[in-house]
Amino acid sequence: MNSNTLWLICRRFGAAILTLLIVSMVVFAITAVLPGDAAQQSLGQFATPEQVAALRLKLGLDQPGVVRYLHWLMNLVSGDLGTSVSSAMPVSELMAGRVPNTMMLAAVTALVSVPVALTLGIGSAMGRGGRVDSVLSFITLALVAVPEFLVATLAVLVFAVNLGWLSALSYASDITSPWQFMRTYALPVMTLCFVIVAQMARMTRAAVIDQLDSPYVEMARLKGVSPMRIVLRHALPNAIGPIANAVALSLSYLLGGVVIVETIFNYPGIASLMVDAVTNRDMALVQACTMLFCTAYLVLVLLADLCAILSNPRLRTQ
Amino acid sequence: MNNLIVKSTPSATGPASTKVSASRSWLGLLGAATCFIWLLVAIFGPWLAPHPVGEVVSDNIFDVMGMAHPFGTDYLGRDMLSRVLVGARFTVGLALISAVLASGLGTTCALLSVVAPKWLDEVISRLMDAFISIPSKMLALIMVSAFGSSVVLLICTAVLSFSPGAFRIARSLAVNIEALEYVQVARTRGERRMYIACVEILPNMLNPVLTDLGLRFGFIVLLLSGMSFLGLGVQPPDADLGSLVRENIGGLNQGAPALVIPALAIGTLTIGVNLFIDRISSRRSRRSGGH
Repeated sequence: MNSNTLWLICRRFGAAILTLLIVSMVVFAITAVLPGDAAQQSLGQFATPEQVAALRLKLGLDQPGVVRYLHWLMNLVSGDLGTSVSSAMPVSELMAGRVPNTMMLAAVTALVSVPVALTLGIGSAMGRGGRVDSVLSFITLALVAVPEFLVATLAVLVFAVNLGWLSALSYASDITSPWQFMRTYALPVMTLCFVIVAQMARMTRAAVIDQLDSPYVEMARLKGVSPMRIVLRHALPNAIGPIANAVALSLSYLLGGVVIVETIFNYPGIASLMVDAVTNRDMALVQACTMLFCTAYLVLVLLADLCAILSNPRLRTQ
Repeated sequence: MNNLIVKSTPSATGPASTKVSASRSWLGLLGAATCFIWLLVAIFGPWLAPHPVGEVVSDNIFDVMGMAHPFGTDYLGRDMLSRVLVGARFTVGLALISAVLASGLGTTCALLSVVAPKWLDEVISRLMDAFISIPSKMLALIMVSAFGSSVVLLICTAVLSFSPGAFRIARSLAVNIEALEYVQVARTRGERRMYIACVEILPNMLNPVLTDLGLRFGFIVLLLSGMSFLGLGVQPPDADLGSLVRENIGGLNQGAPALVIPALAIGTLTIGVNLFIDRISSRRSRRSGGH
């Protein structure tokens, strides 16, 4: 790695932090400044001006938006996320109970989807133009566009209602055996996997095909290297950057999908907590969850970019 | 999510053999037909509905498909066919309006940033970058939590989260075109910036921009019906296809058509759009000699 790459990476990190700052401004502006007077809203229209003024003072609403934003940001950085209005508990406590569940769901989904997607993508790139490839192309193209709740509904219908193999509702608590684990996670993970696998397989296929079209692969083909070896030894190492990029970007798609999936399966994760918070207009909780999701998203996009930078040999060597 | 769209669509097809391209064009035709049918449903659906949309017409809830009610009945015993026909107008209409606005805003900003002074370009680009880093569902959730859900708010949200993607694509197209000789000639000729943007650049990037609009339409359908599914989108008594899935989720155990049909309807719409757009963009990349 040379200084050039290091500089590029540092700049990328700097840009990510700057973006996160701007995102936090946007989030704060939308949730706290634009909607108007929170004190008036929470007291209703029959409150006396004195009551409203008192609550404003208590909530710190008498200060200008910029000051409130800085205050909020400081608290956020120091880990004080405020208090949830609807459950009168600290937001951090509420979230701490839910985050591991969502992490678990995401981890299992990633573990299942990445190998499947890579196999499908590489396989269809190898048999390009063939029957398997065109069928896979069609299926992945269709699945990319399928809403999660369609997959979830059909999966529940088939596996829980018709076949009776799995329960439709999932609870992450009291898991004792691997079998129970399977039963709990099968449907949510399957639903999440569908869209992500399709997305990832398409990008993997494109990345590998890009390499297969290059002159050095043609050279290898001309000297009689077997197709298997061409893909695994020649094309794949060169496609690893774009593929890693594709994996990270697809996983960032999880963040949207998990909102629907946790709701439909009653999974006690952070996304369902956020949907409840939105329904109850519990602003502190909404802000904290949003910032968590946006940070996770930015980290994944950052990882994707870093993979692209690091795998580019022109940037790696002098 | 927007950058996913950008990266996943182009060049996904290699120099395809004729067999593949034949099946591809057949699928593209299927996609185009599906889009067309849904467009017709959105326009004429409410007039074709056999029953008023809110009327309880049957004593059986979650009725199966039959002669009287082709799509069965919903959780209150309302005619499902009528509800889908009316709901489709919301889904297609809202998404179409949002997609046109998002693409329009993105393209306008892109043209502006290409012909405008450097600092304005920088400001617009930074702003768009910030919005592209908020996942569309998150943006939609905080917008709804702050302002409550309404049709106007949903459109605003969709435009806010999908115009940055449109902007990126349009800007990269515009930057390329702006470097071409005929634009330089126009500039030397002393044409005004507005003229260069609207007469020289815009017509030459219209095709890819329209393709992008189609893609965005599909993703907005997914976003809006997802929000409605969470109960945070189109509010009762109105119902789009996503709301129909939500309100009939109780029929899951019986496999009620009231639940399956609207979910499938959204699926066919988005898949149709994707097939159609894939066909258009792969044909263009072949014609332009790209891979």
